[in-house]
Amino acid sequence: MPFIPHTEADVAEMLAAIGVSSIDELFDEIPAALRSRTLAGIPPALTEMEIGRLMQERAELDGRPLVFVGAGAYDHHVPAAVWQIVTRGEFYSAYTPYQAEASQGTLQVVYEFQTMMASLTGMPVANASLYDGASALAEACLMAVRAHRRSKSARILMPGTVNPVYAAVTHAIAGNQNLAIEVIDWHRDTGLTVADGFKAWSGQDVTAVVIQQPNFFGLFEDVDAITNWAHDNGALVIAVVNPTSLALLKPPGEWGRDGVDIVVGEGQPLGVPLSSGGPYFGFMTSRMEHVRQMPGRIVGRTLDLDGKPGFTLTLQAREQHIRRTKATSNICTNQGLLVTAATIYMSLLGAAGLERVAAASQQRTRELVDALTALPGVRLRFPGARFHEAVLELDAPVRPVLEALGARNIIGGYELSQHYPELGNTLLVCATEARTPADIAAYAKALADVLQNARAA
Amino acid sequence: MSNIPTELKYRKSHEWVRDEGDGTVTVGISDHAQQALGDLVFVEIPEVGRELSAGEACAVVESVKAASDVYSPVSGAVTAANDALAGSPEIVNQDPYGAGWIARIRLSDPAELDGLLAASQYEEVVKAAED
Amino acid sequence: MREKLIFEQSRPGRRATAQAPSAPVDVEIPEQLRRRKPPLLPEASELQVVRHFTRLSQLNFSIDTHFYPLGSCTMKYNPRACNSLAMLPEFLGRHPYAAESRGQGFLATMFELQEMLREVTGMQGVSLTPMAGAQGEFAGVAMIRAYHRARGDLARNEIIVPDAAHGTNPATATMCGCKVIEIPSLPDGDIDGDALRNVVGPKTAGIMLTNPSTLGVFERRIVAVAKIVHDAGGLLYYDGANLNAILGKVRPGDMGFDVIHMNLHKTFSTPHGGGGPGSGAVGVGKRLLPFMPLPVVARDGERFRWLTEKDLPQSIGRLSGFMGNAGVLLRAYIYMRMLGREGMQRVAEYAALNANYLFARLKKEGFDAAYPQRRASHEFIITLKRQARELGVTAMDFAKRLLDHGFHAPTTYFPLLVPECLLIEPTETEAKEDLDAFIDALVAIQREAETEPDKLKGAPYTLPVRRLDDVRAAKQLDLVWRAS
Repeated sequence: MPFIPHTEADVAEMLAAIGVSSIDELFDEIPAALRSRTLAGIPPALTEMEIGRLMQERAELDGRPLVFVGAGAYDHHVPAAVWQIVTRGEFYSAYTPYQAEASQGTLQVVYEFQTMMASLTGMPVANASLYDGASALAEACLMAVRAHRRSKSARILMPGTVNPVYAAVTHAIAGNQNLAIEVIDWHRDTGLTVADGFKAWSGQDVTAVVIQQPNFFGLFEDVDAITNWAHDNGALVIAVVNPTSLALLKPPGEWGRDGVDIVVGEGQPLGVPLSSGGPYFGFMTSRMEHVRQMPGRIVGRTLDLDGKPGFTLTLQAREQHIRRTKATSNICTNQGLLVTAATIYMSLLGAAGLERVAAASQQRTRELVDALTALPGVRLRFPGARFHEAVLELDAPVRPVLEALGARNIIGGYELSQHYPELGNTLLVCATEARTPADIAAYAKALADVLQNARAA
Repeated sequence: MSNIPTELKYRKSHEWVRDEGDGTVTVGISDHAQQALGDLVFVEIPEVGRELSAGEACAVVESVKAASDVYSPVSGAVTAANDALAGSPEIVNQDPYGAGWIARIRLSDPAELDGLLAASQYEEVVKAAED
Repeated sequence: MREKLIFEQSRPGRRATAQAPSAPVDVEIPEQLRRRKPPLLPEASELQVVRHFTRLSQLNFSIDTHFYPLGSCTMKYNPRACNSLAMLPEFLGRHPYAAESRGQGFLATMFELQEMLREVTGMQGVSLTPMAGAQGEFAGVAMIRAYHRARGDLARNEIIVPDAAHGTNPATATMCGCKVIEIPSLPDGDIDGDALRNVVGPKTAGIMLTNPSTLGVFERRIVAVAKIVHDAGGLLYYDGANLNAILGKVRPGDMGFDVIHMNLHKTFSTPHGGGGPGSGAVGVGKRLLPFMPLPVVARDGERFRWLTEKDLPQSIGRLSGFMGNAGVLLRAYIYMRMLGREGMQRVAEYAALNANYLFARLKKEGFDAAYPQRRASHEFIITLKRQARELGVTAMDFAKRLLDHGFHAPTTYFPLLVPECLLIEPTETEAKEDLDAFIDALVAIQREAETEPDKLKGAPYTLPVRRLDDVRAAKQLDLVWRAS
């Protein structure tokens, strides 16, 4: 039996010590009528060699197409050292650091992570992660409602340019707690939030305003004006950001006059592979005055009995295992291994390296847009300043084009009409530092072929 | 056994009340409560001016092992809250009935005081809890 | 033995130059949006970084290095093949928005995992999307609410929870906008059926149960409990944290549960990772099929595809940005394939054997069990109430001293119902000699408690740090490093 070490002699000795004659007797408290007979639907065991073969075949079936899509998950180079270290048994198979003395490795990693994320976002404090960027936004909205004592409306203003999947997840997770989420409109020609859209809410009880920067279309919003409007109107500000972009962009802690209140985002770009969408990690940072409303774990530095510094989980009274019904969230397990990966990634890149990655990604996207818009039937839909994604408009339906590109080993982009039908035949494309000029040329050639076939048909 | 001053009144959820004789009361948590919680690390005091109903959660006392709600024993408006607890929550552990007071409330219904527990009655509550 | 912070090892201008693009490029960022000061990230060489994090890893206890009998966490061996195969480059490099036609290998794997989980739990449908047990719980309670609402029964907003429940249960109920009604457990560990009858009624949305319970014992009257709740119009939710105790022996679907969550990082051996990532897949009975969280994999003949809002219009929605913790799910699949039918049935047998062996031996050595007359499930509770009273030593002291003996401590102070408790779960992958060594350590600590109690109170002595000041950590918050 795989992974079970017992010999027959072991079993015999153990049964004798317990005082039963068979293992079956150990289940005698379970009513006989409930006992399962057989797990017929489970196939017989495979050896490691056999399962290895199966998984290899499945992996080869899926192959490794060239990635030109982002939309929330980004194909950056992950240094070899990151996952070699993360998958060391001492990190991989350790538990949550509840026994602090036996977990100083994990705890110090998280403390260093908190330091880096706080600084990257320009805020004073960070937690030890949430599940992903989307659920982090839901948690941020709930946190804003808890933290904002004076506001009773639980009203959240969410621009239509916030990642639509994040908005859907926020509805699914926070919808049961009486949040009122109002959508703010955006300009169909620029892809940016309509500033006057907020004015309609001036003077009303708004609990929080969400701003995504860059927005879902990759474009830069007027974050200073929106932040100031929100604070002038007595609302908290929740920023949703891309961590790589923060190497180049003014961090949310410096938006507007006073900076924002809560920052969340998807941490996947920091050393986490694409892996079909998970596991990733959500990060959250905030102003110090809100720290007790922050969900998830937090690591603090303290002293031990000998007066030496050490790390431990702190502010646990907010968490589910103590506060129970009144907990800030029900979160227990979070995304520890990914946080470790991100901390190692950020340590290897440093600020200078991260800036290079961000700048190169922006440039590659520029080159991609130039190459593709040079083709007939392809135009740039939103011309404004952007980070590393762009919206292109085609003269043909997008889905069949993406299918055809897929058959040519290229993931060409994200079809936008599934969330924004008014945008018609548009797709969101992305190129990171991991794409080469040759990759871009290959995409351009493939797209030219596909569009030509579409026209001929 | 914990200290239970006889001149105070109590709520079964371990809050104490001192009638100031001028239409206001002072409230805090009992010696039993501070012992059970352990060293306090944070106290969230109510906002001055806030209107409370008897039994409504009005403050939070947080230790390493628990964050417990403090329930207002009476209805009325908060006239003062103990700011000293912000920097030094341990005052509640050291002097729960004196310097560790949490809030002062102007009574909207003085008759509510009659419904609270006397020291001897609260002593029974503590005995039961400690078993 | 302290490892400096990576920031303390940084030097201005030091770089790991192999890891970033080599040439600087111009950026096109509007002036007012440009970052002025770089973020505080390390400036270190690649060797410094590798050495730093390798040394940090060496400060941890882990399953790969220590016996880790944490009750309710199921710290079984994480097979290395699960990791290496889940990290095949094609799986690792696959973008979540890659076309389904370029993901049939991955989707087939996810579909088969759904089917295997259905089989072992006896449920009708499975969604792999919740990213941890707590999110699975959320999905379960949200589905129960959605079910009642869809029937027009809007009054049902009460969730019944045993007082011994894991903290996530009541926290989840609150997150779903429900009111929590706690019911007591009886001295023998089973639920108080009379108390339950008193609280069920037209407001009952459902009950959240773990079986075996958090007290380490099987809820013997589960069929009767199910009937009481169902008759009152409520549904039954199963917290699968203790599934390892009954895998292959009893199926939650057969016990009458309408919805369950599984902790793949416990029962199905995906790595704990120092605090995640986990996976909280949910299984549902027929009544809740329309409400499953998206996405779910379906098979159309020979092809696999994701179901969407069009296929499940009554779904409670999406809980994650993509499809959940895909890499974790791959690991769970590989584990289940390596166990196979027979291996799956042996899990509970050997988990129970190891737990009952420890239980019997520790009782013989004079330790007090919380439920001495019951069978241990895959875990059991020892209470040190007597030692606390007579010797002044607590469960915490025992736990810290165990660390000096080279064992990670069992779960302490959970469940809250049992004072000074140790919840001990060895799992099926531990050898008898390691269990014997653990018993010897506990006996030695007991002896030490009787003769030198202060020795325990100062433990641990042999770890990178001594016992840490929790109060100071919470009062004088030091949550990020600052350059002085």
